[in-house]
Amino acid sequence: MTPVIELRNVERTYSSGEVQVRAVRGVSLTIMPGEFVAIMGASGSGKSTIMNTLGCLDRPTAGSYLLDGIDVSGLNRDALADIRNRKLGFVFQGFNLLSRTSAIENVELPMLYSHKRLRPRELRDKALHALGIVGLADRAGHHPNQLSGGQQQRVAIARALCNEPSLLLADEPTGNLDSQTGIEIMGVFQKLNDQGISIVMVTHELDIAQYTRRTVVMRDGLIVGDTPVENRLIATGELRRLEQAHQAVHLTQ
Amino acid sequence: MKLRATFVMALRALRRNKLRTVLTMLGIIIGVAAVIAMVAIGNGATSQVEGQIAALGQNVVLVFAGSVTSGGVKAGAFNAGTLKIPDADSIRREIPDAVAVSPEVRTNAQVSAENQNWFTNVQGESPDYWSIRNWAFAEGTSFTDQDVRGANKVCVIGKTVANNLFGDDDPLGQIIRVKGIPFTIVGVLETKGFSVMGQDQDDTVIMPYTSAMKRILGATNLRTINVEAATADKIQAVQDEVADLLRQKHKIIAGHDDDFTIHNQQEFTDAATSTSRILTVLVVSIASVSLLVGGIGIMNIMLVSVTERTREIGIRMAVGAHGRDILLQFLIEATSLSTMGGIIGIVLGIGASKLLSIFAQWPTLVSPLSVILSFMFSACVGIFFGFYPAKKAAALDPIEALRYE
Repeated sequence: MTPVIELRNVERTYSSGEVQVRAVRGVSLTIMPGEFVAIMGASGSGKSTIMNTLGCLDRPTAGSYLLDGIDVSGLNRDALADIRNRKLGFVFQGFNLLSRTSAIENVELPMLYSHKRLRPRELRDKALHALGIVGLADRAGHHPNQLSGGQQQRVAIARALCNEPSLLLADEPTGNLDSQTGIEIMGVFQKLNDQGISIVMVTHELDIAQYTRRTVVMRDGLIVGDTPVENRLIATGELRRLEQAHQAVHLTQ
Repeated sequence: MKLRATFVMALRALRRNKLRTVLTMLGIIIGVAAVIAMVAIGNGATSQVEGQIAALGQNVVLVFAGSVTSGGVKAGAFNAGTLKIPDADSIRREIPDAVAVSPEVRTNAQVSAENQNWFTNVQGESPDYWSIRNWAFAEGTSFTDQDVRGANKVCVIGKTVANNLFGDDDPLGQIIRVKGIPFTIVGVLETKGFSVMGQDQDDTVIMPYTSAMKRILGATNLRTINVEAATADKIQAVQDEVADLLRQKHKIIAGHDDDFTIHNQQEFTDAATSTSRILTVLVVSIASVSLLVGGIGIMNIMLVSVTERTREIGIRMAVGAHGRDILLQFLIEATSLSTMGGIIGIVLGIGASKLLSIFAQWPTLVSPLSVILSFMFSACVGIFFGFYPAKKAAALDPIEALRYE
């Protein structure tokens, strides 16, 4: 089976003026289809740089990056944009939805830049379907400022899903959410992963990483740990437990 | 990326900032409206002057006695005494395209009727004069060729003379005394109004030229010969033929100056309209400056917009927008701004011209060319001034743009 991601000795050096910053110093990583990986590390560990590289937003200075078996490390801006559009879905910490634009229009956005020429009707149907997957079909007409943080993140996930990507990339997807909403979002990811979508997410919260299947730890631009998750948490079960705890609090009052 | 989708996105972005959109368009709106209104006023003035010139007559060629074009000093262009009745007769006889010829003499005299009197212009003409001047009768008819041959004491009067001498009475058939000689009024002319030079054209008494020469002036010289060419494109030919004929008749040898001067209507029109044209050009160029300023306003606001929406640009790029998609989006936004401004400006400009016509009584004429040109110009302003901000947006780095706060 072809790996979804194959990094071979990837390096990334930023030159800001005279100083050379080696953000990533030779990372090799293979991720197979259907995996759910958390990249962890302190700030400055290079995890964001790796994420940008995986997301085809940035190109490695050295080494190569094979996405679905295709070397994308040498592609130009436009070709990378096409790869992002076709194969990748992005979920950001700050949701990054277009303000004053309805949920469904936000979800339609990647399809507008698709090489496939879709009719407005098909666009709508696909966007509604994606919103349905994250359980927000009834909020299609709402604007981001009318939605809660968790709902906004779900819209962002729907946007990431609409072009049926082979890989979902999430950069601190629960960073701006309270813990219960964070677990809900992890539940959405787990459901998608169970359906076979590969997911790579960056996080610095250990308990959030517990919902994934594999943890990669980075420090100073290198991978220092790569372990399968033991005692994996299941979001639905955790949510039920939280609810019971809440009820218990109410009862005692 | 579909063009239609880009267009919808651009309009949506403009709708989000209504006040800003309107204020930005204002520069273009004012510029275009000013250009349209100014051109309309200029055209109106020009056509009014042209109308006055046309009232002079149709396809008129005027032959004056004496030469004003010669290098030597020659006084008295009208009284040089070089034009005679046979000159007019031979023009009528020998130039087929000269469809009407009227020899003219002119003087000022005191005229009286019963107990009223009036100082007016007295001129002698032939019955062809009405055709040449395109002048109709309010009452009665013209004197005849027979009256010309007999130098009969008949005349036609203008409205101003009629009003001053007869008031509300019917002047037809009444006697009018010119320098003490009685003339019978056979016709009253329609009102023609003021000439380009500001003279009241209706303040006149017109009689057969023979009567005027023999009975009033006692002269044999003509002041002018009015000639009408068959059609507008024959004017130049008639003018040349008249010149040749008169040189021949006056036995002027080659190389010597004419003893007459010929002007045609076109020359008067050109002279009179050139002033208003120059004025129009001047005013339009000032208005164009405001279009330019409007364009700079668009560029300014587009630059602000690009900075403000850096994150949005980052998101679009992250989900697969190419640089040129972003370029197109901002370009369409800028162009929509300027063309919408242009359309509103056109509507306002036409409205302003109509209002000026109604309330200030200024003649205005909206030229379709100015509408088309200012629309195209405003579209070009959008493309030109929108390009730099759009290019800037398209060149953004997606990672930086996403991180932008």
